Formats: sequence, structure tokens, C-alpha cells
Amino acid sequence: MYRLGIDVGGTNTDAVLLDESLRVVAMVKKPTSDDVQQGIVDAAQEVLDMAGIDRSRIGQAMLGTTQCTNAIVERKNLAPIAVLRIGAPATVGIPPMTDWAEDIKKTVVAEAIIGGGCEHDGKELAPLDEEAARKFFASLAGRVESVAISSVFSPVRNDHEVRAAKICREVLGDDIHVSISSEIGSMGLVERENATILNSALYKVASRFTTGFARSLTALGATEADIYLSQNDGTLMTMEHAQRYPILTIACGPTNSIRGASYLSRRQDALIIDVGGTTTDLGVIINGFPRESGVAATIGGVRTNFRMPDVLTIGLGGGSIVRLRDDGTVTVGPDSVGSAITEKALIFGGDTITATDIAVRLGMYDLGDKTRVAGISDSLAQKALAVIRELIEDALDAMKVSSADVDVILVGGGSIILPEKLAGAKSVSKPQLFGTANAIGAAISKVSGTYEKLIDYNKIPREEALARAKEEAIQAAVAAGAARETVEIVEVEDVPLAYYAGNTNRVKIKAAGDLAT
Amino acid sequence: MRQIGFEEIENIALGAALLGAGGGGDPYVGKLVALGAVREHGPVTLVDPEDVPDEALVVPIAMMGAPTVLSEKAIGGKEYQTLYDMVSQFYSQEIYAFMPIEAGGVNSMLPIAAAARLGLPLVDADGMGRAFPELQMVTFTIGGLSATPMALTDEKGNSVIFETITNKWTEELARAVTMSCGGSVSVCLYAMEGKMLKKYAVKNILTRSERLGRAIRDLGKGSAERPEEAFIAAIDGFKLFKGKIADVLRETRAGFNFGKIVLEGIGPYRGQEAWVEFQNENLIASVEGKPVATVPDLICLVDTETFIPVTTDALKYGKRVLVVGLKCFDLWRTPKGLELVGPRYFGYDIDYIPVEEHTKGGGCNV
Repeated sequence: MYRLGIDVGGTNTDAVLLDESLRVVAMVKKPTSDDVQQGIVDAAQEVLDMAGIDRSRIGQAMLGTTQCTNAIVERKNLAPIAVLRIGAPATVGIPPMTDWAEDIKKTVVAEAIIGGGCEHDGKELAPLDEEAARKFFASLAGRVESVAISSVFSPVRNDHEVRAAKICREVLGDDIHVSISSEIGSMGLVERENATILNSALYKVASRFTTGFARSLTALGATEADIYLSQNDGTLMTMEHAQRYPILTIACGPTNSIRGASYLSRRQDALIIDVGGTTTDLGVIINGFPRESGVAATIGGVRTNFRMPDVLTIGLGGGSIVRLRDDGTVTVGPDSVGSAITEKALIFGGDTITATDIAVRLGMYDLGDKTRVAGISDSLAQKALAVIRELIEDALDAMKVSSADVDVILVGGGSIILPEKLAGAKSVSKPQLFGTANAIGAAISKVSGTYEKLIDYNKIPREEALARAKEEAIQAAVAAGAARETVEIVEVEDVPLAYYAGNTNRVKIKAAGDLAT
Repeated sequence: MRQIGFEEIENIALGAALLGAGGGGDPYVGKLVALGAVREHGPVTLVDPEDVPDEALVVPIAMMGAPTVLSEKAIGGKEYQTLYDMVSQFYSQEIYAFMPIEAGGVNSMLPIAAAARLGLPLVDADGMGRAFPELQMVTFTIGGLSATPMALTDEKGNSVIFETITNKWTEELARAVTMSCGGSVSVCLYAMEGKMLKKYAVKNILTRSERLGRAIRDLGKGSAERPEEAFIAAIDGFKLFKGKIADVLRETRAGFNFGKIVLEGIGPYRGQEAWVEFQNENLIASVEGKPVATVPDLICLVDTETFIPVTTDALKYGKRVLVVGLKCFDLWRTPKGLELVGPRYFGYDIDYIPVEEHTKGGGCNV
């Protein structure tokens, strides 16, 4: 059986076909068009044509796409929704969407805060006001197709959310799309509620693009393929799951690229440097997964509690413009000729000195018309290379967690401008096929499950509590589609609660495994 | 007298994160509480402490408990009315104005919400000029003022007002109530008359906080020629170190996060090592094993690019930070002040080093 991996990026849509042993059979790179959907279909068609295989033998198709992110950022195709928060008498001091911009706030046609929720230890904060919930849902009939429900401390106990969702379906019928916050976000009511609201608003977009993708695959003859979508944490979810939780597809691009690079170079722990035309992204892979950023992600101006991969972007790329200043110093970037490099760089007949010209001048790479860079003085070329080296080594140092040297993987078309040896790098490797690392990253992804709760270690001994938590995380991964024997714990966070006299810690555990086939 | 609206709240929240000196909790939820209240009730009038009549009753407002709990339960909205009723009834006097007790962190924001909801003015002053972990650590303690009568209420409507024989007892009782009520409560403490306020408060601290926040936001736009120098100048601070977080050692004892941040020097500090020791707030900064700044001066870690303050619960390996010192309120530098909040109170066997001492005369590596 084969796997088809597709990744939609800001610039390119990549598609790759892998065989059973995850070897690349065919790959293509197409510019991302305004019609993202069409771009996906075109890339899929081309890679399948190229591979010339029996298409019914494609068992899985994985898609990493920007469609949900675009919908939020551009405020397009968002469905009218209603927001119910369970938590009164707590939380009413901060109504939903307190700091949202007006244009995106308009998506919400009705909101209410009703009684309910629990305390951090699971004790009831207030009984669920079922009467108020029923009344609110009844007022929505014919006005919305989607409802977002959140509840205080639902990551600890979500029975009020689950009950409210049931009431919602009783009142509005089974066709209503309901999102509950405990299935979407982690601790922090406002951020979790925000993510849940966005999730509700995206349901139409998600159902359209997932069914569109499925239909296209069938039309292309890939009739047996199960469809999976990439999530921002580098793991996969099923199409049905993605339709319910579209918000989880946002920002999967950098993750796929980092994971693909790690797979291609067969390294579980490394620093990845992805050099493009204008910028360079640096990311870190630990135990096969990207290191997460410590900062809550803001999507289209809305703060959520999703953790994005920790990526450092610097203004250096293959098209970065090289300048000699009056005082004899040389600068490289941050401006770039970008995609016009094939016209503007010296080696391609242009009149702008780019970082790529420097690499060719110094004999680091053979490209274009070498004679056109012969006029660059050795001193200028060496100075420019020194600037490039300093920029990259400085960024590399910023991403490292200790002074120990790390293994570095170079990917991206612009990586030819980098010197072969870098200070702070134990080894520098450049995998073949580095250009489609992101699509490969999508195709080889695992499925995961997460556990997050506040645990009082005075009530349950730490070791026992952690063992139980790990088992729950593993169960969640299996429920999401992982083969049990392959599931491993990939992340453990155990942080004490600040300004709190008890022995309570916030425990977050993530388990991941290979897709069960 | 001037108005505190949305723009001012954004700036004060950011300034308060810096004044938190690593602690005090992320002001984000507090900011939303303030924004929510101002949206509903309109802007808040900020009064100069000098304009408060001597006999007027001024009441500080705060939350007690875990910021993690606050980030789930937030504020109900009726708490401030409950507190107002309890306190004014106790004194048989109307409350003239609210004020923050702690200008650093989340507690800088809640009094804005309280003032907006009850239509009372807010005094431009606090009792710390920063954030501190224990409730006796306020300038008013030096003035002989007791924290009690202290009023506490939760969002469910449970409330209590108590008097104690010492501030230690107040702390103990307040913590017990906080735990029983679910981990976070709204409180009034150190209620005082205008003359006490004028004598001991840290004046114009909200205005300062606002200025700090505005400076960080302006620098974040990236237009400054030499942003680091501009930042140090704008906050009236002292550069202590620039480095990368190499390790964070933590433990929790009796409700406080103890820890030590190990920094590896970058830029002009390459090859050097620094430590910042914290108990919720940053307390001691040492470079190459030698202390360069101590509590009660403010030791703040900020992002090297954005200058956004970094709190002790958001410390992350590999993060690059600038360590800056800010002078504390003058009263803290007196023998009485240092007895309350000096390094020895926090268990460090060293003398207080005014932050400007170290950086004086070329000792500073700018």
C-alpha cells in the first residue's frame, strides 16, 4: 500500500507519494494558487500521474492545509454561531470575546453565561442551570448552525459541557454542530473558549474542504484511501475528527517541515535550518517532535492556548541582497529579491548581488553563469560569507538549549548559501529530497493523545498519579487511531501551581504512536 | 485627574508585567477583567494621592490565590460590591476610592475593574511599587498599619471579614479561606485614611506603569535605532546581564515556587554565567557568582527582541533575555524596609546592594 502526503504552504503546495517502507516514489512542487482546493487537486493529480501506480493501492492520504487559518485571518466563510459559557457566578466579569476585534466578533450572533462549572479539584462550583441552557438553545432555532460550549475547569471535569451539548441537540436537532471546549483546548478559560468559538465558526469551511478532498481523491482513482489531516502538534487526525475539530489543523506547516526533515535525515533530536528565498526558519526536534513555543498562539488577532512549534525566523535567504557600505562593511539582507531571483541575481543575468551569487563566486555551489560573478572581489565575497555565518550561527545559538553542540539538518532551496561547517554544530547534514520535507512530514506523521489535569499530590502519590495519567494519554492516542504497541510517551509536563499552598501540580502528558492500519 | 480607558489599560498591563519582577502572575486575565468592566461601565477616574482628603477612606483591592485558578474562574463581577458593603459597613463610612495594593502583575488590573463597576475613583498609588509574595510586605506596614480588618469574598458569594493579632495570622487565615473557596478570592485589606496614604504610599505608580508599558509597545514597533539602549533609558533601568536561559531549577515549598535561573552570557557577556534566584518574584541576580542586584530592587527578565517581560512561570530553556534592574521605592531602602523585604528576610545571607551601585563607574557592560 502507498501513502500520499500533501502540504499546502504559503508559497508552494507539495505532494509526495511514499511506498510501504516510506520510500519516496514521486514528488511534485506547485505554486499555491488562490484557489487552495484546486492547487491540492492539481498537485495530487500530478504526483499520481508521475508515479504511475495502481491508485486503488493508496491506503492513506494525509493533508496539511492552510484553509482554516486563511478563513480566520481573512474572516471568510465563517459560519454564524452561538456561544454558551457555563460558569456563573464565576467568570461573568469577563464576557466572551472581551478583546476580540469587531469584524470577527460579528460571527457570533448570540451569547450567554449560565450557572455551572467546577473548581480546580473537581468539586462543583455551581449546579448546571439546565433550564437556562434549554431556553438559550431554543432562542437560537433557525439562526445558527453551530454552537460553542465552554465550562469552567472543564479540562478537570467536563460533565456540564457534555450535558449541555446533549441538551443542545435535543432542542436544535442532531444536525447542529456542537463544539465543547474540553475537547479542544487546555487550561485557561478565555483562550480555550476562544479556540472553541473559532472551531465552531470553521465547521462549514472544514466540512467543505475535507469532503472536497475526499471527492477529488475518489475521482483520481484513489478509492481506498483513508483521509487524515495534519495538526499543529505534528500528529494526525481522521477526516471525521477534523470536521469536528477543524481548529486543530491550523499552523501545521512548520511542524510538517521540521518532522519531514527529521525523518529524511533519520534523526530524532536535531536542529533544523530551513533556508528559503527571503527568510530562514530554525526549529528544534526533540524525540521526533517539534519543540513547542512557550507563547500562546494568536490566530487572526484571537488569543488561543495552542502551542505552536518554536520557530525562529531570520531575514536571510538565497535571494538576500548583498551590499558594500561606504565604510567598507558588508551587509546581507534582510531585504531580498525573493522569487525574482531568477531574473535579478548576477548569475541569472541580473544586476543585484545576492547571497546565492556569493555562494557561486566562492565555489560553494555550481549554478547559473559563473563568469558573471567573477567580478566580485574576494574580499567582498569573504566578508559577505562572514556576515551570513554570523547571522546563522547566532540564530543557531539562540535555539540551542545548552552550550553542547547539536546535530544540524539543512533543508530548503536557499541552503546552498550556508558554509559547510557551523560553530555550535556537531554535524551538518543535508538530506536528499530536502525540497519536499513538509509533504513527507505530513505523510509520516503519528497520531497522539493528550492528558491534562491538576493533580493534588497530597491525595494521590506522585508516582501513582503520573502512571495513571500516562495510561490515560496512551488510551487517548489509541482512541485517535494509533496502534497500541507503537504508542510512546513523548512529552511530560509537571508544573507546580504558583501562589498556592497545596501540593497541586498541573500535569500534561502527550502520547503518540503510528497509525493502526 | 484623568481617565483610564482601553488604551491606558493595555499599557498599564504591560508595565505591570515588568513591575511584577518575574512574579505577580500574567496580567492578561486581569486586563480582560478591567476591559470588561470599562466596556460595561465606562472609563475610570484616576486621582492623584495628594488630592485625596485626609479623612477619606481609601481601600486597596486585590486577588489572592493561584493565577492558574484565576485564569479559569476570572471574576464574577459582584465581588467588588460585596467587598464595598462589608468594608463601608465595618467603618460606618463610605469608601472614597479604591487603589491597588500591588502594582506588579495581575493585581494591578483588578482595582481598575472594581472602580469601574462601582463608579469610584482609583488612586494613582500602591503599597509596593512592584509585586511581593506576602501580605505584610507593604509600605503601610512600616507606617504601623494592620492588614486587617480584611474582607474576602469568592465569586459564589461566600464572604468573611476578619481581624487578627498579627499579619502572620492574617496570612494564615487568608490562605486557608482561599483554599476552601476554590483557590482564588477577591480581597480588601489595609483600608486607610487619606493621610496614611499620602505619607506611605508609592505614589503615581499607575502612571509609571503606563509609561513603562507604552515604552515597551513603542519599541516593539521596531523603529528605534538602538532599541536596547532606548529600552534601558525609557524604563530608567540598569542593564545587569544578557544571556540565554540554560537551566531552570524549581521546587515548591509551602505554596511558593523557589528556583534558580541559570543564564549563559551572549553578546558582550559571552563566556560569563549569571543566576537569578526567585521565590515567585526574582530576588537575587548574580554574575559570575557575585551578587549584582538584590530584592527589594526589581530584577526583571525581558525578551531581547520585544522587551516583553518574562514571568517565572513562563521560563523556557533557550530563551534569550535581558536582565534589567529597577530601583525600588525609597522607603524599602531604609532599615525598616529592608527588615521587611530585604534579602535576609528571604533567607539569603547577603546585604542589600542598591542596583545603581554595581553598574556605577564602568562596572556596567553596555
